[in-house]
Amino acid sequence: MDRLPRWADITLVPLVSLLFAAAISALVLLVIGQSPVEAFKVMVDGALGSPYGWGYTLYYATSFIFTGLAVTVAFHAGLFNIGGEGQAQLGGLGVALVCLSLPWPHWTVALIAATMGAALFGAAWAAIPAYLQAKRGSHIVITTIMFNYIAAALLVYVLVDVLRPTGQMDPASARFPAGAQLPALNDIPGFNLIFQRPVPANVTLLIALAMAVVVWALLWRTRLGYQIRAFGKSEAAAKYAGINPVRITIIAMLISGGLAGMMSINNVMGEAERLLQNSSEGAGFIGIAVALMGRNHPFGVVLAALLFGFLYQGGAELGLWTNIPIEMRIVVQGLVILFTGALDMMVRMMLERVFRLFRTTKALRAA
Amino acid sequence: MVAPADIMGRQETAAPFAIELKGISKAFGPVQANKDINISVPKGTIHGIIGENGAGKSTLMSILYGFYKADSGQILVGGTLTPIPDSQSAIRAGIGMVFQHFKLVQNFTVLENIVLGAEDGALLNTSLGKARRILRELAQEYGLDVDPDALIEDLSVGHQQRVEILKALYRQADILILDEPTGVLTPDEADHLFRILRGLKDQGKTIILITHKLREIMEATDNVSVMRRGTMVATVKTRETSPEQLAELMVGRKVLLEVEKAPAVPGEVVLSVENLRVRDEHGVDRLKGISLDIRAGEILGIAGVAGNGQSDLLAALGGMIKATGRITLNGVDLPLSGAGADGQSRREAGIAHVPEDRHHHGLILDFTAWENVAFGYHNDPKYQKSALFMDNDALRADTEKKMATYDVRPPIATLAAKNFSGGNQQKIVVAREVEQNPDLLLIGQPTRGVDIGAIEFIHKQIVALRDAGKAILLVSVELDEIMSLSDRIAVMFDGQIMGLRDPATTDERELGMLMAGMDGKTAGEAA
Repeated sequence: MDRLPRWADITLVPLVSLLFAAAISALVLLVIGQSPVEAFKVMVDGALGSPYGWGYTLYYATSFIFTGLAVTVAFHAGLFNIGGEGQAQLGGLGVALVCLSLPWPHWTVALIAATMGAALFGAAWAAIPAYLQAKRGSHIVITTIMFNYIAAALLVYVLVDVLRPTGQMDPASARFPAGAQLPALNDIPGFNLIFQRPVPANVTLLIALAMAVVVWALLWRTRLGYQIRAFGKSEAAAKYAGINPVRITIIAMLISGGLAGMMSINNVMGEAERLLQNSSEGAGFIGIAVALMGRNHPFGVVLAALLFGFLYQGGAELGLWTNIPIEMRIVVQGLVILFTGALDMMVRMMLERVFRLFRTTKALRAA
Repeated sequence: MVAPADIMGRQETAAPFAIELKGISKAFGPVQANKDINISVPKGTIHGIIGENGAGKSTLMSILYGFYKADSGQILVGGTLTPIPDSQSAIRAGIGMVFQHFKLVQNFTVLENIVLGAEDGALLNTSLGKARRILRELAQEYGLDVDPDALIEDLSVGHQQRVEILKALYRQADILILDEPTGVLTPDEADHLFRILRGLKDQGKTIILITHKLREIMEATDNVSVMRRGTMVATVKTRETSPEQLAELMVGRKVLLEVEKAPAVPGEVVLSVENLRVRDEHGVDRLKGISLDIRAGEILGIAGVAGNGQSDLLAALGGMIKATGRITLNGVDLPLSGAGADGQSRREAGIAHVPEDRHHHGLILDFTAWENVAFGYHNDPKYQKSALFMDNDALRADTEKKMATYDVRPPIATLAAKNFSGGNQQKIVVAREVEQNPDLLLIGQPTRGVDIGAIEFIHKQIVALRDAGKAILLVSVELDEIMSLSDRIAVMFDGQIMGLRDPATTDERELGMLMAGMDGKTAGEAA
């Protein structure tokens, strides 16, 4: 009836939401006595103006694609996985253990093993809340949030008491062996024509993009995806169809946790090359916003991850080149999340009204 | 019954109309739900409004009760123009509404529910006292007996409905609108309701009765208005019309009210149920030892008032809930709990299930039609492309074929299930289940919320499946449907089977007694 056309729903709603977020961010900047135009220029210039800037934007985007996909898979099963952060940290632990365990002969072999380690540890960390939800009805939102704290504490313990080489002061693991170091985009033939200076974005970006396609195929082309989506839409109906709720809850959360864990090959293996405390730096939480803004579709997630990568890198540039405090990027991100996630309906209703107006005038003119 | 014609005859000339609607129109987007509706209800009469689902009855009543605002037209109450922008204004104008789904607080007492929203002052006790007094008067005046201190959850459905009526009367309603009031009642309770309504009428109240049951219209109303596709096609005096004429007015063509079927030729026992018991999560026994057999080529109808265990019977047989006892299909035991007691295993064993509630169970409303056609059969080899991927193209083609056979409109496989009308949604579910060619079909409320045209079609499919030598378990709260389709009738009450009857030799009265929990003997005494 008064529904938006599909194209408007997919493109206009997020764009208008973004404009609102930008407008209010501009107001905030004016209030603290800074020029929004200047800030915008610095952000665009720093994040997108050079291959070097892109190298950082894509690096952040890579992490966000993984965590965004993680939230997406769980969401389609009707589960809100807030535990991406903890799952990513545990994924980091998996990466570190794999990388440090052997003198890896070549990065490709190490990458395959580390990816499996990351996914396994992330999935294992999601498995406990999943089991509690499926079997005991403990709400997954609560348990996954709590598991973020447990993960952080566990990591501190492991880093300080287990993985820290003797004599080292900071709580971090040893540096990974050379055979476990991933090529950055500037090391890859073809990409090095664009990226001539060292950038943090690395081969993991390609894995992230591949995972977006895999998740899409999983959800819309396989039986398992069909069952996940059916269960997510209606648990009662799933029961009628003989879809096992316990099984689907656990499988969906394992996949979700695995994806969140996989982000750690980007930052831990690809960039830091050792495991640090708080290595995921909030990417697990950004994944929620990315999934919301990407309408829980893998391709939307990729686009939203790029946007948040831009915000992250652009925000960092603000701190470097202007008097605007770096915390401003958190304000901007917060506003983007608020408008694209929480106030999504508000924007949609406004647009619906505009469209209705258009239709009425058109009808009147026709009459 | 007192001669209503005389009273009406006088009032038609003397008294003003209780309610007049003039030129009411209402559109939802491109859908014209009400088109230039004119209706005049004389004071002190029972006025029926009948029409198929989606004919616009509910929209019209929602406009009258202030839920929707009409795009154009006028409402006159007692001869004066009365705009009704919200339900508070409707109540002030003396209009009361009894909804199909009661709006009562389950853990409040009758008195508290009646006062709810009509409390005067900050202290509850004064209004409760006042309500108690008024309630006593109302009970005497209209025979509406309800214990004011009983909790709603302890009351039978019939009594809950009386509370709804009392709520309206407490708010001094002169005009009472009842939306499908008998859907949840036994025939006996329905009769009682109609007696109450006649009593209210004799006291000068005006009653508007919305229903799709022709029998009730004939039994209870003075006048009847027929709606079809948003328009009011006719208003006639009830005693001057017939069910056949009303049905034709509703649908716009001649309709077969009776199901045409040959006598059953029962074969071997397909499903055998022994001492089936179900206990729900609250520890309440929902099924208290059900035993029955269904043979190939016969339809066993389960009659009963909603909520007496029929849903649990279907759910247990369909693998949706755990049970104890024993069931065998073609002589093979089926597990009732643990592994193998789920919908998938049941389907593999050859049981298809059209659930009672297509919105909550039968369909995923946000899924497309073709995704819904795979629902429950998503593991079927014919829908797989490889070990990993589903064959969505084959599924879509299969859906289009089914849509053509079952005349689903619009025949668009990629349309979301929620965008189909109730009848077409049900056709999708029935097509999915019947086309699996099961040994046993469980079918619950096959025609609930379905238009007459689709009812005819679905009934034909059920009979055709029976004639193909399949066993069918039919559950319906529509006694007419049970009577006309079944080869044998089992009546359920309080989780038990009260008796088995032959539809050829029983009647609604006998079944009604069994539905109310009285066995044949007491039924005889009461008669």
